[in-house]
Amino acid sequence: MERTVLHSDCNCFYASVEMLHHPETRNVPMAVGGDPEARHGIVLTANYIAKRMGVKTGMALWQARQVCPQIVFISPHYDQYIRFSRYAREIYSSFTDQQEPFGLDECWMDVTESTSIKGDGLKIAEEISSRIKKELGITVSIGVSWNKIFAKLGSDYKKPDAITVFTQENFRKLIWPLPAGDLFYVGRATQRKLGKLGIFTIGDIAESDPEILHSHLGKVGYVLYSYANGWNDDPVCKEGYEAPVKSVGNSCTTPRDLTTDLDVRIIQQALAESVSARLRENGFLCRTVEISVRTNGLVWFSRQKKLPRPTNVTDEITKAAWELFRASYRWEAPIRSLGIRGTDLVSGQMPVQLDLFTNEQQRDKKKRMDRAVDEIRRRFGYYAVQRAFVYEDKALMKLDAKKDHTIHPAGYFHSAM
Amino acid sequence: MKVYVEVLVRYTAEGTVVPISFMWEDGRRYQIERVKNVQRCASRKAGGCGIMYTCIVQGKETHLYFEDDSAGRWFLERKAS
Repeated sequence: MERTVLHSDCNCFYASVEMLHHPETRNVPMAVGGDPEARHGIVLTANYIAKRMGVKTGMALWQARQVCPQIVFISPHYDQYIRFSRYAREIYSSFTDQQEPFGLDECWMDVTESTSIKGDGLKIAEEISSRIKKELGITVSIGVSWNKIFAKLGSDYKKPDAITVFTQENFRKLIWPLPAGDLFYVGRATQRKLGKLGIFTIGDIAESDPEILHSHLGKVGYVLYSYANGWNDDPVCKEGYEAPVKSVGNSCTTPRDLTTDLDVRIIQQALAESVSARLRENGFLCRTVEISVRTNGLVWFSRQKKLPRPTNVTDEITKAAWELFRASYRWEAPIRSLGIRGTDLVSGQMPVQLDLFTNEQQRDKKKRMDRAVDEIRRRFGYYAVQRAFVYEDKALMKLDAKKDHTIHPAGYFHSAM
Repeated sequence: MKVYVEVLVRYTAEGTVVPISFMWEDGRRYQIERVKNVQRCASRKAGGCGIMYTCIVQGKETHLYFEDDSAGRWFLERKAS
């Protein structure tokens, strides 16, 4: 039996939630963006009025103000977005338990089993759309199709507050003339490569020779070929399914440019504390530490090193990060942002081979100290206990990396590719 | 406009929440005669979203919202700003 797959996408999600709460911003150009004072200066989402004036997601706040001088900025409220996302999923779950979120604002649903009771895909989409409008006060665009790829394409096809149905009968007429870049997983680079082959529309991909695609794009070539033809039977994951955690990382744009080793140590300390605390919270040890550096010229690089033994001890992660930094950066330019990531994770329960030269007693002491710090922070807040050297610069100190960490959708392929 | 109000609430043995009365911004306390309906609803007028209690107050229908976020406050819609 053919499946009925829906993809629901909340229109300008962050901006819509803010517009609901701030009625005065509904009729003016508005963008949700990081705190310009703390220099997290990009537009996360803009409302439709601002978008019409040329404001795009990812623009720096000053650029947005250049194209649209009267724009109003609102700092993001992630707790509200998580709350609204949860409400939306509660509504979805009255139709199916097969729902797979993609970030906070998008979700696939397989409603095949509900169609006999609740009506066909279009009817279910209409009901979801009207319930979200009434109960959450925001709008969604929904795509209905027999596979996840076309369902997602459908939710992008018409916005805002729209429903698009792609069937076996109409998809050649409606989808194939669309530019290749609209297809899931065709980014700018792939689009450029396809353009060189004379492939400009989704239809061109569908009618091309898969072997040629493969030879130019690698295995993604086959994947795109089948996507364009609607041959996709990836299941919509069950509710509560979460991709296995592959790494724990934090990064931040610093309140001011970093120019000295001490600056970097202060920020790395905060990041390492956050990463190691999150590793401990989730019962992981990491075997590799990776750092990333972005200079004020926006040159970006990352370096990683394997640790002699798996760890979630704050001191060991800080030390590894610092060594990596010293070995890879010669202060060619001031630094704008830093990141630390623990990867190559193993379970915290895993037995560990001891060796003769490590002072296990001291290591155990450090672990107990970490636990004590975690507990103090849990009870009295992040700033209740800090390293003394962090006080060298009070402006940089105002960074609770763990609380501020951002939310990213997991990759679509999980670990299949 | 959104007006946060003080609400007196009764919890039944089953855990159901029944609002009894609320204090309006002029300091007067209003008795809720009856709760007609309870559902999740957004209020575009007030600018918020929560669980809407459709109440009868002095014979008239009033919407009292419980905003179920971390603060957990109650609000009413004020007619004009």
